[in-house]
Amino acid sequence: MIVRPKRPMIAIVDYKAGNLTSVARALEHLGHRAEITDRPERIRTADRVILPGVGAAGATMENLRALGLVDVLRSDIVTAGKPFLGICIGIQVLLDRSEEDAAACLAIVPGRVVRFPRSVDGRPLKVPQIGWNRVRQLRPHPVFAGVPDNTHFYFVNSYYPVPEDPAVAIATSDYGVQFTAAIARDNVLATQFHLEKSGACGLKLLDNFCRLRF
Amino acid sequence: MLAKRIIPCLDVRAGKVTKGVQFLKNADLGDPVAMARYYYEQGADEIVFYDITASNERRGIMIDVVRAVAREIFIPFSVGGGLRTLADMRAVLLAGAEKISIDSGAVRSPQIIAEGARAFGSQCIVLSMQVQKTGIRPEIPSGYQVIIDGGRTPTGRDAIQWSREGERLGAGELCINSIDRDGTKLGYELELTRTISDAVSIPVIASGGAGTPEHLRDAFTRGGADAAIVASIVHYGEHSIVDLKRFLRTVGVEVRDAVTFDGSAP
Repeated sequence: MIVRPKRPMIAIVDYKAGNLTSVARALEHLGHRAEITDRPERIRTADRVILPGVGAAGATMENLRALGLVDVLRSDIVTAGKPFLGICIGIQVLLDRSEEDAAACLAIVPGRVVRFPRSVDGRPLKVPQIGWNRVRQLRPHPVFAGVPDNTHFYFVNSYYPVPEDPAVAIATSDYGVQFTAAIARDNVLATQFHLEKSGACGLKLLDNFCRLRF
Repeated sequence: MLAKRIIPCLDVRAGKVTKGVQFLKNADLGDPVAMARYYYEQGADEIVFYDITASNERRGIMIDVVRAVAREIFIPFSVGGGLRTLADMRAVLLAGAEKISIDSGAVRSPQIIAEGARAFGSQCIVLSMQVQKTGIRPEIPSGYQVIIDGGRTPTGRDAIQWSREGERLGAGELCINSIDRDGTKLGYELELTRTISDAVSIPVIASGGAGTPEHLRDAFTRGGADAAIVASIVHYGEHSIVDLKRFLRTVGVEVRDAVTFDGSAP
């Protein structure tokens, strides 16, 4: 009898907001096994965890608390060192706190989340940023394998992360101000842009994350 | 700085694209999924589907199209046409669309904009409008009037005022289609596009009239548009998304480079 190794399972954290199915479809397209779940035991037993989403920081944290997932995520990511990917609101809640809703966040990466300025040099800045923006890679990281520097990715955000330790920023982008577009620290990866809506390069980054050995 | 977006528009009736992409070989010409994939691979920045199915009982067919498209393309796409209620919008978004486009329904009950923005976020709500130059009158100070029901019914609403109202109610983007230019290939209505993009602080999508690459350049520069809808200019093979972007790059307009999986250009 041939015993096939079971494909690793990726848990997509369902916190009752945002569109989680688009990340699931992208993973399915890439041939990865993913499950949208809010059950702590499914997240604990998963091989990797993705926290995606469109939403507000306050509501996201409230939902994570109400579902009992804050401690699950913290122990999974910090103590167990499980590969973790945050997307959009998923990068923002990693920090200590957000200006949005004055939310206390997961405090996994020291720092805060601030709003884009309302104007730059006297000209109004359209907030939220909606569209394709260039992402500059600050240092080589295996998650960027095959992805050219200065590639455009799709953003929808009014806020952006400001990590305390600049060394965790692996990519930046410009929208009125220069801001951190991706962070990496040990097993933690996170992007402000939507990998699942950023065409071939978004898929490539997502696939790279799913294959990374930390 | 954000790249200017090129957005191919596909009209879908009862699950089939009405204007086929004629140069697309070995594909069902009426298949919206095949066409969406084609434009996706060419580097389209977004795709818009307008459901022009008349009867309500066929609505489910469009949901199936959205679901199938969402499995194949990984850029944002929007769906418009006949969406009147929050339930209509939710169904389209859950099926995988990133945005919904509302038009006549928003003129009839503007609160749908606010309700949609509250339920799904402003970034999901595109207020689309058909605009005709009807001359300056007391109720139309700009001379541009909003027309509904596929260009049949004048509303007595000024397009600039309606744009501001849409933004105030929570629309995340405005799509401005000039009825006068639609299908003419004479270029976008630049004065209209510029006036609206100066009047609001949300992205403006120019629509109607693209016939040459220069028309896109003008929409982005003189018109101040953030994105431009293309239809027959690309559907019949006169131009591809790739060559439109190549041209725009040479005239200094920032556009997204389409990159394939191995990092090369298509």
